[in-house]
Amino acid sequence: MSNGKPRDKRMSIEEVVAELSDGMTIGIGGWGPRRKPMALVRAILNSDLKDLTIVSWGGADVGLLARAGKIRKLVYAFVSLDTVPLEPNFQKARQEGTIPEVVELDEGMFQTGLKAAAERLPFLPMRAGLGSDVLVNNPQITTVTSPYPAPDGSFEELTAVPAINLDVALVHLNRADMHGNATYLGPDPYFDDLFAMAAERTFLSVEEIVDTAGLTVDTPVQRLLLSRMMVSGVVETPNGAHFTDCRPDYARDEKFQKAYATAAGGTDADWAAFEQRFLTGDEAAYQDAVKAWQEEQQ
Amino acid sequence: MSSSTTGVTRADVCAAAVADAFKDDGEIFASPMGTMPMLGVRLAKLTSNPDLVISDGESLFLGGVPPIFAKADVVEGWIPFRRVFDVVAYGKRHVMMGATQVDRDGNQNISAIGSFARPKRQLLGSRGAPGNTVNNRTSYWVPRHNPRVFVEQVDIVSGVGPKRAAAAGPGATRFNDIHRIVSNLGVFDVGGPDHTVRLLSAHPGVSVEQIQEATGFELDVAGAGVTREPTLEELVIIREVLDPKGIRFKEVPQEDA
Repeated sequence: MSNGKPRDKRMSIEEVVAELSDGMTIGIGGWGPRRKPMALVRAILNSDLKDLTIVSWGGADVGLLARAGKIRKLVYAFVSLDTVPLEPNFQKARQEGTIPEVVELDEGMFQTGLKAAAERLPFLPMRAGLGSDVLVNNPQITTVTSPYPAPDGSFEELTAVPAINLDVALVHLNRADMHGNATYLGPDPYFDDLFAMAAERTFLSVEEIVDTAGLTVDTPVQRLLLSRMMVSGVVETPNGAHFTDCRPDYARDEKFQKAYATAAGGTDADWAAFEQRFLTGDEAAYQDAVKAWQEEQQ
Repeated sequence: MSSSTTGVTRADVCAAAVADAFKDDGEIFASPMGTMPMLGVRLAKLTSNPDLVISDGESLFLGGVPPIFAKADVVEGWIPFRRVFDVVAYGKRHVMMGATQVDRDGNQNISAIGSFARPKRQLLGSRGAPGNTVNNRTSYWVPRHNPRVFVEQVDIVSGVGPKRAAAAGPGATRFNDIHRIVSNLGVFDVGGPDHTVRLLSAHPGVSVEQIQEATGFELDVAGAGVTREPTLEELVIIREVLDPKGIRFKEVPQEDA
């Protein structure tokens, strides 16, 4: 008889990256500059991984991976840092044509594509995309005619949003147990559950791993966003979403984001200096470098 | 025509014009992107349309109407991004977006300047514009009206105007509703010949010729009037309640209208 206890899925950042391989389609959770699995993204920067398809409502995750030349294909609806509306590394990559393939979708189409994948459907219909250049610039996306009449008797032609199937989803939440049950404690779940269900495997980083009972001791059960059946591995990465927003644990580090954007939008030497200082070591080195930088700013 | 006696600024006129765009919407989610749209929406809620549902710009519906720099107020609902998409499809929403370009046919571009394959300038990406424009009422706010914004044809169609919607069929036209374009110079709709952009009113102190010169295509100006000035009540609300710090002047610099 087993003790009925599900398996321990705790991993290190390095072990997660070792599960990834060249050419994979990787979905990155969060939203723009909010609750991004940045520790995992930083580890990908430091790996030999290449030719990735990245699927993201993008922020600095996309900017960093683009600047490092990791992206062969990018699926996005926007890339923005909110307070810095245009992501400089993403802009540079697009304007210099260094991302070989780009699929720009409407925000809602992006959700619908993930939903189709999560429901194991080839596509789902919606209105978004009709009449816009999203369908012109993505000739692989076609339309479908409704088999049912609209109130006026017409048979509406709708966008057939293809499923966005992911090999791997990377998401960052506030708390999890060692089995992969996880809560978000901030204002918005974003779409991390949808990423997880659209993916073959999901690796989850969290601020803190707690006992299963600890997940709901001071938190409504409705904040449990991920069930362990959707999760392959859990990594504890305190401050691991830095410099994106991860409330209530911490807000976006606006000063650091500004420094990032300034370096990204500056000369090659500016960027090299930023990279050298923050992005050449492991996660512990990054966190130390950030702490030292923050002390300098006081 | 100077209003120096009342000190009405162009920004105040714009705020009232934005508010007017929402006055007949009834009980729907008013979704403003940026400072002036937010100011105008909250002004409408405090004057012409108290039924509007407004948010903190993040994930909460607010029961009260705080100043534009404030977020906290009585909470009356939860509107995370996933439910924003639900409401877009449900249709009870009026979004006022920005526009890097808007063209004669009422198409909008926030995606990129130049070719999509290799943009001269990459912008945000399409964001929700394609979905908004075929699902719910959509308006645009342009703080600096000039011929690089108001162009003959946008480089990339993010937001869909009525002609493009018609070409895509009834699935696209059924809920396509480009309501107003408010700029720092005037108020427009897409009621011109063949659903093109038409000048509804020039702001006080702005001539029709000035607007035509600042526009990269020929405007339908027949029947254009003058944008109304805000009432005394509106001015008090704008200045004392919603924007006492004058954040609106960052978008539309202070000058007498």
